[in-house]
Amino acid sequence: MTPETILIGLAGVLAAAAPVMFAVMGETISERAGIINLSMNGTILLSAMGSFAVALATDSLALGFLAGAAIGALVSLIVAFASITLKISQVATGFILALLCRDLSYFLGNPIMGQTGPRLQSAPIPGLSDIPVLGKLFFSQDVMTYASFTIILLAWVYIYKTRPGLMLQGIGERPAAAFVRGASVNRLRYLYTIIGGALIGLAGPIYSLSVKAGWKGTISGLDGIGWIALSITIFGGWNPLRAAFGAYLFAILQWLGLVLQPVLPGIPSNVLQVAPFPLMILTLLLVNIGNAEWVERTLAGMPENTRRAVAKILRAMRATPPASLGVPFESD
Amino acid sequence: MRNNKWFNLGVQLAAVILALLFVTVILLLVKAPPLAAFQNIMIGSVGSWAKFSDVLISFVPLLLVTSGLLVTFAAGLWNIGIEGQITLGAIFATWMMRTLQDSTLPPALIIILTILAGMFGGAIWAALAGALKTFGGVNEIFGGLGLNFVATALNIWLIFGPWKRPGVASMSGTVPFDVKLWLPMIPDTRLSAWALGIAIVGIIVTYFLLQGTYFGLRLKAVGKNTHAAYLLGIPTWQYMMVSFALCGVFAGLAGAMQVTAVYHRLIPSISSGYGYLGLMVAMLVNYQAAWAAPVALFFAALNIGSIQLPVVLKLDSTLAGVLQGALVLFVLLADGVRQRFVKK
Repeated sequence: MTPETILIGLAGVLAAAAPVMFAVMGETISERAGIINLSMNGTILLSAMGSFAVALATDSLALGFLAGAAIGALVSLIVAFASITLKISQVATGFILALLCRDLSYFLGNPIMGQTGPRLQSAPIPGLSDIPVLGKLFFSQDVMTYASFTIILLAWVYIYKTRPGLMLQGIGERPAAAFVRGASVNRLRYLYTIIGGALIGLAGPIYSLSVKAGWKGTISGLDGIGWIALSITIFGGWNPLRAAFGAYLFAILQWLGLVLQPVLPGIPSNVLQVAPFPLMILTLLLVNIGNAEWVERTLAGMPENTRRAVAKILRAMRATPPASLGVPFESD
Repeated sequence: MRNNKWFNLGVQLAAVILALLFVTVILLLVKAPPLAAFQNIMIGSVGSWAKFSDVLISFVPLLLVTSGLLVTFAAGLWNIGIEGQITLGAIFATWMMRTLQDSTLPPALIIILTILAGMFGGAIWAALAGALKTFGGVNEIFGGLGLNFVATALNIWLIFGPWKRPGVASMSGTVPFDVKLWLPMIPDTRLSAWALGIAIVGIIVTYFLLQGTYFGLRLKAVGKNTHAAYLLGIPTWQYMMVSFALCGVFAGLAGAMQVTAVYHRLIPSISSGYGYLGLMVAMLVNYQAAWAAPVALFFAALNIGSIQLPVVLKLDSTLAGVLQGALVLFVLLADGVRQRFVKK
């Protein structure tokens, strides 16, 4: 492998991570507000199919992306209605929608399967794209990949550095306190679930109009992406920067799987494609184990120095979900 | 009180009608004749004894996983890892049968050992998700999902690697077992009465376990309020682990049935989505064992009935999934609306 091919590969990793990034940021925002949107796997498939159908019919990429966001918003509206207004289990509603939307996308997408439609072209930024190495890597991408870089920063700044962002944290952590301070908790939860849903919905067209252009039904290779994005959200500990790290890590591992394929001929490609999952379980374990009660008990029995060191490592990795994640809010 | 019961029934009926309307709109969207589509599903599932025996073949694994899921739901657990547990059951069953197929043991004994191995395999995979939850604090949904992908990879690796057919490995699976190692089938069908019997015994056992035993009562206490159950002296994490393992036994049994009674070999998509479908069935029957069998039979009929849609009407067979999903979603939403807006 020459440095040139590695550079192209890494630039590809950044582009391949773009849809996952949108999905993860959308889910992070929704969960920050206290609503788990478990429908993600189906939403991404349905919006990928729907946006491709729209772009195909109208020959407009913009309308395609818009349709993707609209589909995501619509599905998340059902999640929001069920969990906020009806107070039904969010996990149940989300899971059914995940399956229903997946089957809907295959059923409705059947007639347009295998057709060629419009595809997003890369748009190198003049000047910046000529910078050695960095230009190839960051500034010769397409619009949505640039957008995926910005959304990480936007989400982080919004959540941690602005007033409405603090309120967003509040309605997910202590909705009662936020309510007392004048926030209309349920209305805000609706808002953030739908915004999050629209972002998740954008992941669809980034696949079907760019990264994996077209709609190929069950062999599109998109089934499962939503579940991965969900695990990355947890891995990211509901922090956009850490979640972005998770998304890129995942994309790099998948790329390595492809690159290593010729080197390890005994292993079928499907196996290397799932290589990130054991790692994902392991990281989830590391992220969560600090929350387990027996760990604290074991720690208490250790000698002072070891205890401090281990506790420090655990705390660094640990992620605690928003305190009211999945809990309905009653104002009285 | 009686009024209330009729009202509830009316709400559920309305939900079913709404779901059918939704599917009709979807059919019209792809310019398909709705009535012909529904009629085709009906003929394709109960139109002949041959079709109906196919429905029963699909009913067996679905009812088995639903039985298992009722146990985990009773403990308040979302065992999404069920797909992987079916796969591991099938893998362990295949492994046992490959080991014993050339031995001098009587075929009946080999089949029994194969099924036991499948149950063990499912239980191990479920216990892994359970251990991640109870000792690692990893939510069973995420642990289970990850384990599902790992199980699929393991399955494909075995089929294309160590267990590949001599000559060429292919998506059609491993070498089929000798006929004498198949679960006996009813003449002229591919249905095994043994498999059907095991599935029915399974749901009956589950019903009595949950409704009529001290264990079932305490398990439900853990599911309703873990902390209160713990304060009452119930060993909560042990109960959770046992319910995971029990569900895994059922899932593994379903996988073993697919290997010994249906495919007679290991294939890449051995779990066939029955795990996720079982979750839907459990939700639709509101986690009550009494209704699980008829609803599972209905869902199996939808699956089989839609198989001929691509040939007859040029429609995708995922219509079954759309119909099943719409039914569960609308029933769930209708129930939510009833509880929220209609005061007793």
